[in-house]
Order: sequence, then structure tokens, then C-alpha cells
Amino acid sequence: MKERLIRLILCFIMSTAILAGCGSDKTALTDSAETNHTDESAEESGEAEPEAITTVGPEDGTHLEMWTFVELHSNFYAEMLNTWNQKNPDKQLNITFTTYPYADMHNKLMMANQTGSGAPDICDIEIGQFPNFMQGQVQFYPLNEVIDPYRTDIVPARIEVYSKDGKNYGAPTHVGATVMYYNTKILEQYGIDYTKIVTWNDYAEAGKKLKEASGGKVFMTSVDTGGTDWLWLAMAEYGEDYTNKEGAPDIELNSIKQMLTMQQSWLEEGIAMISPGGQVDMEEGFANIGDGNIASFPKAMWFMSRFLNYLPEMKDTWAIAPCPVFEEGQPRSVGIGGTGTVVSVQSSNTELAAEFLAFAKLSYEGNEKIWEILGFDTCNTTIWTDETITKDTGNKYLSYFVTNPFDTLNEIKNEIGIIKVGRMNPAIAEQFNLTILNNCFENGAEIESELAAAQDALEIEY
Amino acid sequence: MKNLKKLLYSRKAAPYVFVLPFILSFTVFWIYPLFSTVKMSFQSILPGEIRWVRFDNYNKLLKDSVFHLAIKNSFQYMLLTLVLLIPFPMLFASVMDSNLVKLKGLYKALLYLPALTSVVVAGTIFRLMFSELEGSQMNQLLSWFKIEPIKWLKLRSTSYFALLTIACWRWTGVNMLYFLSGLKNIDKGLYEAAEIDGAGGRQKFMYVTLPLLKPTTIYVLTISIYAGLAMFLESFMLWNGNASPNNIGLTIVGYLYKRGIEKNQLGYASAVGLVLLGIALTINIIQLIMNGTFRKEEKA
Repeated sequence: MKERLIRLILCFIMSTAILAGCGSDKTALTDSAETNHTDESAEESGEAEPEAITTVGPEDGTHLEMWTFVELHSNFYAEMLNTWNQKNPDKQLNITFTTYPYADMHNKLMMANQTGSGAPDICDIEIGQFPNFMQGQVQFYPLNEVIDPYRTDIVPARIEVYSKDGKNYGAPTHVGATVMYYNTKILEQYGIDYTKIVTWNDYAEAGKKLKEASGGKVFMTSVDTGGTDWLWLAMAEYGEDYTNKEGAPDIELNSIKQMLTMQQSWLEEGIAMISPGGQVDMEEGFANIGDGNIASFPKAMWFMSRFLNYLPEMKDTWAIAPCPVFEEGQPRSVGIGGTGTVVSVQSSNTELAAEFLAFAKLSYEGNEKIWEILGFDTCNTTIWTDETITKDTGNKYLSYFVTNPFDTLNEIKNEIGIIKVGRMNPAIAEQFNLTILNNCFENGAEIESELAAAQDALEIEY
Repeated sequence: MKNLKKLLYSRKAAPYVFVLPFILSFTVFWIYPLFSTVKMSFQSILPGEIRWVRFDNYNKLLKDSVFHLAIKNSFQYMLLTLVLLIPFPMLFASVMDSNLVKLKGLYKALLYLPALTSVVVAGTIFRLMFSELEGSQMNQLLSWFKIEPIKWLKLRSTSYFALLTIACWRWTGVNMLYFLSGLKNIDKGLYEAAEIDGAGGRQKFMYVTLPLLKPTTIYVLTISIYAGLAMFLESFMLWNGNASPNNIGLTIVGYLYKRGIEKNQLGYASAVGLVLLGIALTINIIQLIMNGTFRKEEKA
């Protein structure tokens, strides 16, 4: 009896200890952020996302399974499914959407492909992971036929990115044009006009001014040790690419050296800080933005949804503008990120699944919804100039920002560079994210030798 | 029917019938995968495209500096856990076995509880505790001593501090229980005899407890060597994936996972797994020979 009591007490102590641990941590996060993050929103981010399963559509419709790694994507597909079912009474669909955490979903799909069973009918694949699935005999159904009716409306490069040997395997979601996000409140407070910034020199000058005016409290930006966005931007501006035509790695590029050298000098001069958590698209990154520690950062258009989800209290603060360049006249943007949606050959309804997928992601109404629900810069660029959409004041994305995102998009429309995504990209990104950027920024290592060492390692891998 | 009965009652056949379930599961779940792994380590495996590549995977391993780093990390972790997780639990067990401690059950349960907690949950909580933000628990602790916040999981030394903290938190109680059961097997008469001969507490520990605990110690050592080399989940959770800066937290199994699952190179991953098997086997055989485990059986 006594022992039982002790056990009970112990269990109680243990569980409260664990809960107390969680609780104080959450407050720690919130305190430093000085924001009103709810616990829910903290849970929503990245890896911590719980599994969510929903089934949509009439029960007697053809049943399909779909996996995604972002719950918002499922919501979008569910809405498109309802439209599909209204329009196609003879092809009713009933789809079960499952949202897995990012790594989990890709690993599960990989295993299903290896073993030849267990794959869903339709699946989202993040662009960085896509090359891993293009090795060997591709286990996806070619979408060429269903893409054809929409082909002329869609930015060709976005379809190309998910293709192999002329076969299109993935339906693209967005362009991912990179822009500069500026915190107008901070910049106005310290007397800086971001619209005058054209080159990286102007940007650094503004940073120096900001540092002096704020007494070193606010940084112009944060540089990433766990993300390659800055480097992609640099490569696009110089028209370079860290894989050559054959897909072999070549990372010792002028553009990359320029960017890293510049960022190192920013850190030395106190213009920039190192992104907490490695890059801005992380819980720590959102906290850092919310804290007002940085006045700007470059990120793709899809980052808009992060503002709405994680930083709703910063409404009417942020402006969107083209990125600075090294030399005037260089292109000012690059497409980053993306999700290619595939149909598995294991599906018993490949054609129907492909047809629905093309309708959901490539049709005009699909693109409208992609903008409306997800806030992405759609692959169908006619949306960008459709005034019923671009001037819609009721849209949550348009009303959040100080500037109209479409103005910037249309301005840089022909300057969005493309970096190839091939077999070596995951390995190259890993070299930068785990080793090179950490060594160069955290430990002040020499850029040339870091790049050379990584190039050697990559060549062995190639 | 009669034949079946005969078979079941047969002295020769019955033992085989009884061990059959074990043999079967051992063959299906251990022997077959082992051979399959050996086979796969000489192949390049992609969906629908399996090729024999002879020693290519192993040749690549020899040149793969990340793999070498993973081996170094696993070794370092293993050695440090041995240093921490054998003497201290042994000491705690001795203290617990003596009359110095009251509420033994409570302490035992308290120390054992972490082993029941999921590593995924614990790892996540440890990650938040060791976060680089000013508000994280470890950095707040430092701020009491007026020390600047540290990027715990970006530096090698502090990362290992975090990894070892998890290891100690989790395994101290388990190892202590092994040693406690070992202590229970020591004849109390030996201690009395030692006392009559004038032995003090320390001498009793050195000359009675330690030698008689040897079988337990060897067992704990053997499983700790393997557990240390095969550590994966702790590091995976602490860095939220297989992505520690400069690979400071990458272990052999972490590398196997990265190659096999994340990068779709099951053949190469098989080679990594076999190297791990080789290393663990070699160390443990040397250790067992040095401890005289094989000799003993000859004597008997």
C-alpha cells in the first residue's frame, strides 16, 4: 500500500516536472519574442507539426490517398476537391489527406518507392528532396498529358524543375521569387529610406547608418548559417550556378565568394547578426523578426504566409521590394523553394489522380486559390496582372503588407533567375548548411579554403 | 495422428520443436537481414535498378571524411559514456545497497523513470533547454553566474555536454539496477569475514565488492560499448534531424540513416552498417578476452 502511494506520488512529480519544463520553455520563447504567440502557433511550425488526417468528398467516389507535409496545403487541395466534384459529377473523388512532419513524409515515401508498396496516390515533395526521387527508375506517373492543356500559361522553368528525360513528374505550386522584406517602422524611426537601396553597397551603407542611429541595437539583417538563400540570390545575380551542365558540383564561384566575403564584413562591422536557429524560417527566426532585431532580410514570396501565421501583430509594418544587386543592371531575384506534387505508379487510378492534380494546381481557378489560401506567387503569371485579384483589398495577404506584393512581382517578372536542382543539390546544400557557412560566419574561417575543401568532398561524392 | 504424437513425445525431436519458434524468428529477423545487408553492401540500389558494384561502396567509405568524423564522434561518445556510466552507477548501487539510504524504493524508481520516458520527448525538451536563445534554461542558469549566453548546440564541447547529460539522465538508473542485482548475489558472509580480518569500508569495496561484481561489470561494459557506438536518436532529436553544424553530433548510425533513408543509397548504408558491426564486434571481443570471459568456460 505504502509502496503504491509512493509510486503514485512519483508519477505525479514526474509528470508535473515534464509539464513545468515545457511551460517555462514556452514562456522563455514568448518572453524573448515579446509577442503573443499562442502555444498552438508554436506547435504548428516545421517538424513539430502533428499528424493530421481529413477525408473529403462523397463516400461512393473513387478513393485516393494524399500525403502532404504542410497542413495548409491539405486545406487548399480539399477546397479544390470540392470544386472538382461539383464540376465532374461522373468522376467523383473521395480523398484522404494526411499531413506528416517534413522529414517523416519524405522518408516514408522513399521507403514506399524502394519496396514497391505503401505509397499514396498523390504526394507533395519538397523541391530540395525531389532529386532523391529521380534516381533509378522513377516511381511516378508522367504528367505530360494532363499538363499539356495548361502548359502555355505556366512558367516553363517550374515544370522543367520536376522533370527527367522529357517527362514531367511533378506539378509545381509557385515561382518562389525572392524579394527583400523591409521593416518600415524601424527604418523610418532611424531615418532610412529603403526605396533608395539599389546595390549591396547602398544596403551596407544603410546598415551602418542604422547601427549608429540605433546604438547597435538593430541590425540591418541576419546572415544564415543553415540556409543557402543568400547564395542562390548571388548566383542568380551573376548568372552562375553551382552545378554545371552535367550536374557536377562547382561551388568555387565568384558570386558565392563575393556574397560570403560581403557577409563576413557585415558581421565584423556589426551591420548584420547571425540568424538564430540558422535561418529566418525557424521558430527562433520568427522570434528574432518579431523582436525587431533585424530591419530586413531576403526571402521568397512564400514567406508572406509566415508573417500572417507567426507575426500577425506586425501588420502594416513590412514592405516588399526587389533585392539589392552587386552591380546595377543585374537581375534582382531568384526562384527559391517549391513543392512538386506527384502521382505514384503504385496508384490504381493514376489517370484520374493526375487529372485532378493538374486541375487543382495548374488551372486558373487553382492558381487563384493558391494565391488566396497559400499566398504564393503563382506559376500562372496572368494572375499577377488580374486586377480583380491584385487589387482585392479583402485579401489577407494584400492587407497585411505596406506595399502591394504584385507591384514588386511585376517589376522583377523578367529578372527571376533559375538555379538548377539536380542530383547533387542535396549534398551541396548540406556542405553549406552544416560546414561552410558555420565555419565562415561563426568561426571566421577563410572562405577560399572552406570552399575548396567542400568542393573536394563533393567531387568524391559525385 | 499417431505419428505426430510420437514426434512430440520423442526425446530427440521435442527439444527442436521447442526451440523452433526462436530459431525461426532468429533466422527471419536476424540471420536473413544480416546476409541481405552483406549482399546489399556490394550493390547500388535504386528503385527498379539494382547493380553489383563490387567494392565500390567500401572504397568510397575509405575516402569519406564525413564517415570518419561519424566514427570519431561515436567513439568519443562511447568512451565518455563508459567513463560516466560505469563507475557512478556502481557507486550509487553500493550506497543504495548499504544501510546509509532510507526510502530505497523511492530513489530506485526515481532514477529508473527516465529510462521509461520516450527519447523523442526527452530529446525535444533537452533541445529547448540547450537552445541558443537567451531565454533557454541553460542560458538562464548561466546568467545567474553572470556568464554570457552560449550557443550550446553549435560548439563541440558544449554539444557533448548536452549529449552526455541526456545519456546520464537516461541510463544511470538502469545501470544502477544491474549493479544492484549483482550486489544482491554477493554472499554477506564474505563481508563479515572481511570485517573480522579488520577490513574497513573502502577495503571491503575494493577487495570484495569489485571483484565479485566483475560479471555484472563485464555485462554492463559490453552493452554500453554497443549502446554508445549505436547512439542515434538522442543526437537526431537534439539537432532536430541529422543536421548538426559541422556534423559535431553525427554518429555512425546517424550516417547510416542519412545515406540509406534520406539519400536513397541503401547499398552504401549497408556498408556503413557492416563497418559498425565490425567495430562493435572487434572491441567487444578484445574486451571480453582481456576480461577473461572465454577462459572461464574452459576451467569449468
